[in-house]
Parts: sequence; C-alpha cells; structure tokens
Amino acid sequence: MDIEKEIAELKAKVDAMPGAENKLSMVVFSGDLDKQLASMIIATGAAAMGMKVVLFFTFWGTAALRDPAKKVGGKSFMGKMFGIMLPKGRNKLKLSQMHMAGAGTAMLKGLMKKKNVASLDQLFEAAAMLGVEINICEMSMDLMGMKREEMIDYPNMKVVGVASFLGDAKESAVQLFI
Amino acid sequence: MSDYAISKTLDCKGLACPMPIVRLSMEISKVKVGEVIEMLSTDPGSLADVPSWAKSTGNVVLENKQEPGLIRFYVKRQK
Repeated sequence: MDIEKEIAELKAKVDAMPGAENKLSMVVFSGDLDKQLASMIIATGAAAMGMKVVLFFTFWGTAALRDPAKKVGGKSFMGKMFGIMLPKGRNKLKLSQMHMAGAGTAMLKGLMKKKNVASLDQLFEAAAMLGVEINICEMSMDLMGMKREEMIDYPNMKVVGVASFLGDAKESAVQLFI
Repeated sequence: MSDYAISKTLDCKGLACPMPIVRLSMEISKVKVGEVIEMLSTDPGSLADVPSWAKSTGNVVLENKQEPGLIRFYVKRQK
C-alpha cells in the first residue's frame, strides 16, 4: 500500500470539504430594527475579525435597503401598495417588541445615542468600509415591486438569486439566518 | 515598565460593541508589522473581544492595563 499516495488523496478530500473558508454568510430576512441591528453588528464584527462577509437580504429585510431620497415610477398597483406599506429605508424600521406605536422605538434610539451604540447608519457605513458584501434577493424585490434604482448607494451590492446565497453559504465557516 | 514603543494611540473611549474592534481592525492596517498600537476603551466587553479579535486576525495583545473606567490595550501588528 502506498501510504504517501493515500495521504495525498485524503489531503485533496479535506481541501475540497465545504465550510473551510474564513467567511460568514448571513440571511437577513427580518425587517425589524432590532434584528437588523444584530445582523449589522455581527457582520461588521466578523469583517473586523478578518472574515469575508456576505449578507443576503431577503423578504422583509429588503425594505431596509430602500433609499428614502430616491423615487422610481412605473410600478404596478400592488407594487405601489407595498411601497407605501413597507418602511422606506433603515431609519423607518420598527422594533419587533415594545414598539408601542413608535414610543418604544424612539426610546431605544434615544438610549442608543446616549450610550454611544452605533446606529444602523453608522453600521452600514462601517460595513461598506470593511468590504461587507450585500446581496439582495431578486425574487423578494420582484414580489414586492421594488426596483434596483430605489436602493441605497452601497459599494458592494448586487441583486442575486438563492443559488448565489447557497454557493456562498456552502463555502462559509459560519452561516446565520436572522 | 513596558519595553516597547507605541506607534499610535487609538481612542475608542465611549464606543460600544462592535466599534472598538472595527476601529482597531481599520487602524492596525495603517501601522507597520511589528509596531504597537495603544487602544483606549471604556467598553467592558473589550476585555474579552480584543483578545478574541487578536487570536482570529493573528495579531498579539501584549498586555492590558485596567484603570477605573478605562482599559488600555497594547496590540502588536503581527502580520
């Protein structure tokens, strides 16, 4: 038996094993302020730790990427309705609990400022500087009638499908769903 | 007394998680390999986070000094 050959074969197998990369893939499903904050804190923290970070924004999460300053026309009736019902951008998100008609969310934002906890604006800015990639689910955007032109300006952002997320997730050491 | 020179002081006083390590990771790339950054933090979480960050990024925390309400980290860029 050729031990060296066997070792080489095993080594090739180990190298090809999934989850080996120092990379974080995260599904950002929720459009709640608290969950978006958690997502962005983990994402910027991971990037600071030297990890490659890819965020896959889908479903309610995509509304957080809308730019309140941008207006697009040509939407269907349902698209317009979704546009009105969903928060227009990350600063319009609500807490998942204790929103209390806006009072709870405003109170938390005040507390965050007082305790110098980074806001979503600051976290997105840090994420951009650290090279965190944002992928937006094409189907979610299409379903809710959102357009690429109404999304925020962000350096590493593209519109993708589920296969793209799975491709990233497969080679990542850490995968999360928030 | 410490026997190393400090190349840069990074003030993270008042910042909360994850900003101290975000700032540290940005600043460490601006000094040369082998140089030491002094990082000031008031976040108690830094005591666990900075060593964990260093281990993950391959840098070294030479020491930390705890004063009332302030932690000083001495971090050497290793690679």
